[in-house]
Amino acid sequence: MLATAVIVLREVLEAALVVSIVLAATRGVVGRGAWVSYGIVAGTLGALVVAAFADVLSAAASGLGQEIFNATVLFIAVAMLGWHNVWMTRHGREMAANLKSVGTAVRVGDKPLYALSIVVTMAILREGSELVLFLYGIASAGPGQTTELAGGFALGMAAGLMLAVGMYFGLLRVPAKHLFTVTGWLILLLAAGMAGQGAAYLVQADILPPLGETIWDSSYLLPDDSVIGKLMHTLVGYTARPYGIQLGFYAVTLAVVLVLTKITHGSTRRPAA
Amino acid sequence: MSKPLCWSSLAWILGLAVWVPSHAQDLSFALTIKDHRFEPSELQVPAGKRFTLVVKNLDPTAEEFESHDLKLEKVIPGRREASLTVRPLKPGTYEFVGEFHQKTAKGRIVAK
Repeated sequence: MLATAVIVLREVLEAALVVSIVLAATRGVVGRGAWVSYGIVAGTLGALVVAAFADVLSAAASGLGQEIFNATVLFIAVAMLGWHNVWMTRHGREMAANLKSVGTAVRVGDKPLYALSIVVTMAILREGSELVLFLYGIASAGPGQTTELAGGFALGMAAGLMLAVGMYFGLLRVPAKHLFTVTGWLILLLAAGMAGQGAAYLVQADILPPLGETIWDSSYLLPDDSVIGKLMHTLVGYTARPYGIQLGFYAVTLAVVLVLTKITHGSTRRPAA
Repeated sequence: MSKPLCWSSLAWILGLAVWVPSHAQDLSFALTIKDHRFEPSELQVPAGKRFTLVVKNLDPTAEEFESHDLKLEKVIPGRREASLTVRPLKPGTYEFVGEFHQKTAKGRIVAK
């Protein structure tokens, strides 16, 4: 049961952390709960559909359907996360000011909640479909597997949920003035890591060159498949044996989002000067 | 964009342009998954040669072929097969597992 729970935890970890970061980044915004819920529901339904059509997806694009699908899902999330950060440079300060007056939720009508909703969907869609296939495999092994299935699933989900709740309340301890700066950085690192992982899928599909097979190897220190390795993978994009191009995508994503936020920041300031 | 950034992005683009995929890979090795075990569980391959790894899943349920050593992960639906490209390996042992049944589905590739 424990082994099942660990796999469940590993698969839900990323989505759980993404949801908690998104919730912290939208603190005080009216309607965020609904948008995040839409994201969760859409992601779960999508994961079920992807799992049901796993053989169609695998056979697509001369057998490279899975890699291309995973990379696309990741890149969509990267774009939405980047867009959120650029938007926040414009409106973050007013939101933070609003937060300080206790208990008042603000209606920031055009805050791109749909962007973060899509991020949640993408996070659940990708690993959720693997989780569905894994659980289905256990379930079809026979009726004696019910305890294994239910217990492992409940335990893994509970652990993932606890981590997410811990992360969320940890973030809420950050003073209102700095909260959106912190969530902005978290989202930036999340995006960079996802971009790197998307590149890795395209290397596996032989669409992108690795540009350096193993830039470093820290698998003896922190293996990718450990829970902490997976945690770091989600939060900062940690990979024990990265390809050159993975680091390239990581760096370019960081640079592009930072440059875009700089430009946006400059253009919102100029009229005041 | 800063200067070093410009140069590094230029280097990436050149790298992409120079890289020509050599799809002339006649080398192919097959693995079978049955009852959540790999057959053979050890595969000998020549080092320094690109090859295709064909993994046939004879079980009715899906398996995820995963190898951190080879940096590959792919879900193989029940009763389907998947091809994976393995780029030239240095001599050594590369472990892989079926992530959905890690207790039994284990194997390794030995490159010589």
